[in-house]
Amino acid sequence: MNAKARAGWLAGVVAVATMGLAGCSSAVGETSGAPDAEATSLSLVGFAVPKAANNAIQTLWAQTPEGAGVTWVESYGASGDQSRAVEAGLEADYVHFSLEGDVTRLVDAGLVDPTWKDNEQGGIVSSSVVVFVVREGNPKGIDSWDDLIADGVEIVTPNPGSSGSARWNILAGWGSVIADGGSEDDAIEYTTELFNNIVALPGSGRDATSAFLAGTGDVLLSYENEAILASQEGEPIDYVVPDSTLRIDNPGAVLKDADPKAKAWLDFLYTPEAQAEFAKLGFRPVIDGVTVGEVEGANDPANAFPTPGTLLNINDDFGGWSEANPKFFDEDNGIVTKIQVETGKSS
Amino acid sequence: MTQLLETAVFPGPDREKRSGPGGVFYRPVSTLTKGSGLALGIAVTWFSILVLIPLSAVVATALAGGWAAFWDTLTNAQTLAAIALTLGEAALVTVVNVVIGTVIAWVLVRDKFPGKRLMEIVIDVPFALPTIVAGLVLLGLYGPRSPISWDVANTRTAVFLAFAFVTLPFVVRAVQPVLEELEPEVEQAARSLGASGRQALTRVVLPALAPAIAAGAALSFARAVSEYGSLVLISGNLALRTEVTSVRILTYVEGGQSAQAAVVATVILVVALLVIVALDVLQRRVARRG
Repeated sequence: MNAKARAGWLAGVVAVATMGLAGCSSAVGETSGAPDAEATSLSLVGFAVPKAANNAIQTLWAQTPEGAGVTWVESYGASGDQSRAVEAGLEADYVHFSLEGDVTRLVDAGLVDPTWKDNEQGGIVSSSVVVFVVREGNPKGIDSWDDLIADGVEIVTPNPGSSGSARWNILAGWGSVIADGGSEDDAIEYTTELFNNIVALPGSGRDATSAFLAGTGDVLLSYENEAILASQEGEPIDYVVPDSTLRIDNPGAVLKDADPKAKAWLDFLYTPEAQAEFAKLGFRPVIDGVTVGEVEGANDPANAFPTPGTLLNINDDFGGWSEANPKFFDEDNGIVTKIQVETGKSS
Repeated sequence: MTQLLETAVFPGPDREKRSGPGGVFYRPVSTLTKGSGLALGIAVTWFSILVLIPLSAVVATALAGGWAAFWDTLTNAQTLAAIALTLGEAALVTVVNVVIGTVIAWVLVRDKFPGKRLMEIVIDVPFALPTIVAGLVLLGLYGPRSPISWDVANTRTAVFLAFAFVTLPFVVRAVQPVLEELEPEVEQAARSLGASGRQALTRVVLPALAPAIAAGAALSFARAVSEYGSLVLISGNLALRTEVTSVRILTYVEGGQSAQAAVVATVILVVALLVIVALDVLQRRVARRG
């Protein structure tokens, strides 16, 4: 290569690099251009389902002295993706995820204080329960976990491998056997039969709902709030809260270097007004004393959140996610992973 | 590989000059001028930012755990089944695309029929449609509520269907411009010189089209092995049965096992590379018969 060509070659490299830098600097300019005197801007990064509730609560909070004048930058998406984005540097003051593990990832990355769970609710800001979504009128008469493993019942549930939140569904079934006095072997047998009836394992909770609404299966394992939301949107479905089910806990946390206002926001989430907004979207309140009004889309709008006979929770019945994840969902030796492979072979 | 890219971009008579023995491209002395040096600099930098560096990172992550970890991941029954299914279906779809894609291109170029313009436009739709929408449409048409009572949801046929949908345009769009350059008179000349219809096809038409078909097939295969969006709803992601590698990779990522995810991605990358090279060798052979 002659000198002239080499100069040209280098110029090309410089040209591209400059383009790249120009792109970066304009992005930096946008964020630093935000007014920082009086108005505080908070970043919320969360999973997509509670967006409407979060927005309603933000409006309520803006009417309080702490919340007045706060502006929001929000990012919503799949819980795991959002958590990985924050770990990789996405700006966040407050995070709201569907699974505890997504906050634990940020604790491990040094972004969230390890004491984030040290409040009365254990860091949980919204909750729900595992339910069966069925076709309108419940033509197959599905009421209990036993009904799910009857011959000819086709089940749709998100993939416990790719959708972290789908793990609630499988554990709810497992836990119902144990709560009935069954042994671990009984539970393995039950879960195997459950998987034998599963006809689709879509990637995420939303995909599973889409597949079910498009006609796949007789029953969809889902969350009460998803079922209520689908009803609110006019989808032709019913849902059943089984007598034994598992409480789903969605954690919220403030990052270590967040604006102090973020802590005030988190405190506000534990007020009855804020929890009532979650309830309107089908989430069960995490504190006592919340006046739950009519919840449109619920089986009984006046009594939207009936108490199940047995309500399991991840901490008391499964030793928390730190114990449940390796035991059930380890990529090689997890009980559920193995069952999934076994049932895949047999059919 | 280089020739594959060149012929895909500059099909037709140009090729002869380029691949002539002892041609200017094979001389060790650089012919770069200042202007082409600038272009080369931009090309290499751009290519590095978008392709070389990210791909190297994937391979490095995959190999970081050592061969034992690499092997462990690959011998996982679920992963192995997903790799076999993905490569098998992608190969099948590619073969189908080579035949049907060439036929469609032929029809579009050589025949006149009502609706031809519409077909011209519609053929590109799979490129533009967000894949998740494609998945919903496929599930609606060929799922449990199929209006034609053809339910393939949650079977391997569904995987094939989704792959076929997203890869349809590649061969068509690669072959079409080459076929347009290839005058029908060439075939007529071959026929008048005594060639049978079959000979005209295999000795005249196919050799000319081979580079374009191979380029389309390579794109089609590469696109299929990486597909996710259009099939997650209709394939059911059932372990050992309908689960593809992109779902396995997502499972590893979701479980915080990025090394394992990188291993699967690397295997797919290497196979895709081998297929592209193999197709290039094959098309050179066919082209030489001309």
